[in-house]
Amino acid sequence: MTLSKILKNTLLVLTACLVLSACATKKEVATDIQGQMQGDVYTGTDTVEYLAEGVPDRVFFATNESILTTASRETLRAQAAWLRKNPGINVVLEGHADERGTREYNLALGERRANSAKDYLMTYGISSDRITVLSYGKERPVDSGSNPLAWSKNRRSVTVKAN
Amino acid sequence: MIRKIISLFLILIPFNAYGLIEVDITRGNLNPLPLAVSPLSIDEKSRKEFEKLLKKENIGSEISIIVENNLRISGLFNPLDKKAFLQAPDIANLKPRFEDWNLIKAQALITGKVNYIEDKLRVEFRLWDVLAGKEMMALAFTTVPNNWRRVGHIISDKIYERLTGEKGYFDTRIIYVSEEGPKTQRIKKLAIMDQDGANNKFLTLGNELVLTPRFNPASQMVTYLSYFKNMPRVYLLDIETGTQEVVGDFPGMTFAPRFSPDGKKIIMSFAKDGKSDIYTMNLENRIVEKITNHPSIDTSPSYSPDGKFITFNSDRSGYQQIYVMRSDGSDVKRISFGNGLYGTPVWSPRGDLIAFTKLHKGKFYIGVMRTDGSGERLLTENYYQEAPSWSPNGRVLIFYRETKTNSKGEGFSAKLWSIDLTGYNERQINTPTDASDPSWSSLLSN
Repeated sequence: MTLSKILKNTLLVLTACLVLSACATKKEVATDIQGQMQGDVYTGTDTVEYLAEGVPDRVFFATNESILTTASRETLRAQAAWLRKNPGINVVLEGHADERGTREYNLALGERRANSAKDYLMTYGISSDRITVLSYGKERPVDSGSNPLAWSKNRRSVTVKAN
Repeated sequence: MIRKIISLFLILIPFNAYGLIEVDITRGNLNPLPLAVSPLSIDEKSRKEFEKLLKKENIGSEISIIVENNLRISGLFNPLDKKAFLQAPDIANLKPRFEDWNLIKAQALITGKVNYIEDKLRVEFRLWDVLAGKEMMALAFTTVPNNWRRVGHIISDKIYERLTGEKGYFDTRIIYVSEEGPKTQRIKKLAIMDQDGANNKFLTLGNELVLTPRFNPASQMVTYLSYFKNMPRVYLLDIETGTQEVVGDFPGMTFAPRFSPDGKKIIMSFAKDGKSDIYTMNLENRIVEKITNHPSIDTSPSYSPDGKFITFNSDRSGYQQIYVMRSDGSDVKRISFGNGLYGTPVWSPRGDLIAFTKLHKGKFYIGVMRTDGSGERLLTENYYQEAPSWSPNGRVLIFYRETKTNSKGEGFSAKLWSIDLTGYNERQINTPTDASDPSWSSLLSN
């Protein structure tokens, strides 16, 4: 083994260590708020209610986003399965935003979030006739706190039985 | 109609302005002009009549207090303490002894008198330049006695205009959203009050959520968002008759309404399938026009005073920014390029500036920029504040500010504030309840 090869390998190992330690620090930050947030998306269950056993009623979003996370898609698939078993039930999807945005933009953002959930339910066979979208913007927070955890609980789309 | 209630006539032609006092309102006024508002004199018979009618012991003093408060709150004037006055109010009929007013360092003096004449309130007032020893203005009003507060506001407007060269903003009203209850279940009502907080009145009962009321140019109608029957829609309310009607009954949410400068159209956003676009509705023929067509969120539209342009905010670039377009939706240009997010653009009544809310690094700012986006100036920074609305003369902005709650989620409040375009003279406006979403009327008389 030439010296240059040894050096190269050492460098590779060093880089790998750096990457790993970077990952470790990141994880520490994410688990900082008692493991209730990933990135800035709420992953806890404090505020979650259930439409039926194993069917959570809400999904959560990152700041200014309406993209569904893996966990959100799982929740919505459970909702879709439950809705297929209960064809007589219609739902309202209530979209919400946190308090850190202007009122009118947040109304639009809540609508966009609820529609994100609606689109996903529709791809799992739920007719749009059974779904109404209602945005509350930042008007109806579940947590009145002014902190990142409270805001993450408030960025949500909640599926509510309409009948 | 309002103009008919108050008949205003000039009894003396104002002197030419040269050489007399002037107040420069284009810069932060750190040395407000000292002036004296002498209580309006009143004869005993008139005083007794008004005491019976208005339950005010001395209506002359009451009116002068309104004038004094308005001028003080403008930040441009410093009304001197009445205790220092060397001359009694009965100087209304005489030429003042200017030396006496000069001695207490008053540069301007306001005198006047009140009479009861045939069930009416007659008010006469004069504005004097103390240093020059000259009369600058003299006016008289006759009106129904119940209008006494408005007389005080109109006198304030006339003095402001004579001394600054620009129209005042005191004979105006504010429509806003009154808020009560816990943050998670706020009860919101439409409310209206005089610019100084007097005559507060609730216009809805709080049964449904209401947001973002805005006056029409005549200040007789209001457009707002109501969640009546859990359907967020744009409504129209006639303030005098209380009649309400839905104007944005589209198959989705309509929101963010404002009137066009001629009052004939309402411009608003319509949200459907995750997209929000801007529409107008002609109130005469109910014709609806789609102005923007983009998969992004386009909202908070506001017309330029000539009606030729519209400013709005959109996240079509990925983040919320301010845009300007022609009123037919063509020629869309982004104008905000600073760091952070920009929203709630409102075109100044003078046409030269756009006021906005900016969010940057966890702080909210109220600021102004020119209509091409240049000359951005931030006026005030706080934890949360938004929704500026212009005074009719384009010199003052009113907005609302919310407090941060503590770790238990307690201590929330929302209040109305005003600030001068110069960035000085920030003040909280008292309201009987918490308050948000203010909209300033035009001048009710002029």
